[in-house]
Amino acid sequence: MAEEELELFASGHRACAGCGEGTAVRQILKVAGPDTIATICTGCLEVISTGYPETAWEIPIIHAAFENSASVASGVEVALKELGKKEGVNVIAFGGDGGTFDIGFQALSGMLERGHNITYVCLDNEAYMNTGIQRCSSTPYGASTTTSPAGKLSIGEHRPKKPIAAICAAHGIPYTATASISHIPDLKKKVKKAIETDGPAFLHVFSPCPTGWRHGSDDTISIARLAVETGVFVLWEAEDGDICNLNVTVKPKKRKPVEEYLRPQRRFRHLSEKDIEKIQKEVDEKCEKYGF
Amino acid sequence: MGEQKAMTIKGNMATAMGAKLCRPNVIPAYPITPSTLFPEKMSEFVADGELDASMINVESEHSAMSACIGAAATGARVCTASASQGVALMHEMLFIASGMRLPMVMAVGNRALSAPINIWCDHQDTVASRDSGWLQFYAENNQEGLDLMINAFRIGEDKRVLLPVMVGIDAFVLTHTIEGVDVPAQEDVDDFLPPYEPPHGKLDPKEPATFGSFGTPEYYQEFKQAQVEAIEGSRDVIDEVFEEYEEMFGREYNKATPYYCDDAEIVLITMGSMTGTAREAVKKLRKEGKKVGLIKLTVFRPFPSPELKEILSGVKGVAVVDRNISPGAYGAMYSDLAAAYTNDEEKPILKNFITGLGGREIFVKNFEEMYEMTKKAVDTGNLGKPVEWINVNEDVLR
Ligand SMILES: Cc1ncc(C[n+]2csc(CCOP(=O)(O)OP(=O)(O)O)c2C)c(N)n1
Ligand code: SF4
Ligand SMILES: [Mg+2]
Repeated sequence: MAEEELELFASGHRACAGCGEGTAVRQILKVAGPDTIATICTGCLEVISTGYPETAWEIPIIHAAFENSASVASGVEVALKELGKKEGVNVIAFGGDGGTFDIGFQALSGMLERGHNITYVCLDNEAYMNTGIQRCSSTPYGASTTTSPAGKLSIGEHRPKKPIAAICAAHGIPYTATASISHIPDLKKKVKKAIETDGPAFLHVFSPCPTGWRHGSDDTISIARLAVETGVFVLWEAEDGDICNLNVTVKPKKRKPVEEYLRPQRRFRHLSEKDIEKIQKEVDEKCEKYGF
Repeated sequence: MGEQKAMTIKGNMATAMGAKLCRPNVIPAYPITPSTLFPEKMSEFVADGELDASMINVESEHSAMSACIGAAATGARVCTASASQGVALMHEMLFIASGMRLPMVMAVGNRALSAPINIWCDHQDTVASRDSGWLQFYAENNQEGLDLMINAFRIGEDKRVLLPVMVGIDAFVLTHTIEGVDVPAQEDVDDFLPPYEPPHGKLDPKEPATFGSFGTPEYYQEFKQAQVEAIEGSRDVIDEVFEEYEEMFGREYNKATPYYCDDAEIVLITMGSMTGTAREAVKKLRKEGKKVGLIKLTVFRPFPSPELKEILSGVKGVAVVDRNISPGAYGAMYSDLAAAYTNDEEKPILKNFITGLGGREIFVKNFEEMYEMTKKAVDTGNLGKPVEWINVNEDVLR
């Protein structure tokens, strides 16, 4: 079947209208194909897709807990090899940003370091959405969440986003990339490379959540696109952990001001002109490092 | 039948050899005293080509149990080992392994839980996970450690059970103590334990299925009920398998084994290595003409209430010796036995003794003391304290 027609993440799942995660998984599985086994974390993805007795998954998957998609996948991968069944079968471990940046970070690091032939995909919506929009180490500076609320004395989240992909790359793994649901061809190319990689690959997929970011459900893709076009989220890939020579795969010719990205999202609506200037400055500095 | 090989080995080596004879495919493990020798030995077996399996040297016990779950769901035969803090760190995943009905075997070097940190023996680590849906066996000696590992795979993988099993061997008293052990021949264990094929599917792209679904209130309870039915059903399977093992290998196992119980007035109940000391105490007391017996509990989950009550029929007083405590309540064995008698009109007096925590020695004289206290309760009707602590260092307490 042609990749475009292949549907391995069925419609009718219970995600909110405009959820980025559903789009991401559907597109990733089109590339990975039916000979794939996936592990997933507790979080929105599990809740929207596995409510017994239904399932949205046309491939075999296993959900065990919140923090261990990487270690469950390690067991799957080693068992496949030991039983002589790994040939031609992809193992993908999905994790939310909470399940990846925070509680599952140790398991992820172990999986990367041990060299398993697994593609780890982090679906990043920049907070714990399933439990009601709590902050995570993925939450960007200035975002208001239920545990980092903006207030008289608070700008919202006061720490910068943890550079998870660079940290994963620093394990020296063969392939690391960031991607976004707004740039599907780029995403798919990276998925292909990741699953064809012999050894661990890490994909950081930017995946807006209209419910948590408080934007219109029909704005998901455009918000994701703005993140790339403003330089807030940079699309890159690196081989063998060589982050000094990473390849920026989508370089906006002229970066848009961050304000265009921030304003449509009500999680940022409390930000003053000055706050936005500060964020702009940080994005400028970051993009300079990336060379655009 | 091949010949059994007499060896003198440590308890950890016994459980490792028992596991090796079962031909596991995947062994995710993380070292912790006193179980570390298990992953070391398994690694050696694999490195020397004696065992065709893969170790996964994970970064934590939580990941060890997670990888066990992933591998078992893929159709592999899986085992691991841990103890104390390691079992505690796995706690979340223990329920998930049993809830997903994944057979696997874990050897536990029973060790106290922190704080204060302590590496010596008690049963708090596995007792604290008694509600996790795993079957729990406890060994008295290294031979039992090896034999119970083999039985554990066979029982857990039985189609009527499909549950994970823990085999407890006491920290140091067994894990690090060298004893004589008869090791069955590989071909006989192969006859006893056929290769494992999950009867209800596995992670396989040819037959895609979702494992670990989200269970809403309309379904969750039935999942749990089915799981409880399986552990209840394991009672008969355990008897069958123990019997078959005895026929093949000549060593008898029971959920609960009586010693001098037939005409006993007072009976001690023990679990694990303290049983040997308790047996000496019974011998001594019998020589003095005291009508005392002993029950060794090998299977703690499922709790063998019917077997215990049958052995105890006509007994006047029972000294339940727990090497664990549920603070604010009782020892675990005592609670279960007391619950088993709740609705009975005729029941013995039960006394709960807590001892041997964190490696505190338990001497013959301590069992004599427990016998005397129980006898006194029976004779005078004065039951004493609900929980009696034995072999207490009063100076430290003060
Ligand atoms: C050990 C543990 N701690 C906390 C939770 C509660 N919990 C479930 S999902 C979740 C957040 C998930 O966030 P993320 O990984 O970002 O996924 P999302 O829902 O945002 O897609 C939390 C905190 C849990 N299930 N397990
Ligand atoms: S809360 Fe956000 S991530 Fe979760 S299903 Fe809704 S849109 Fe998707
Ligand atoms: Mg999230």
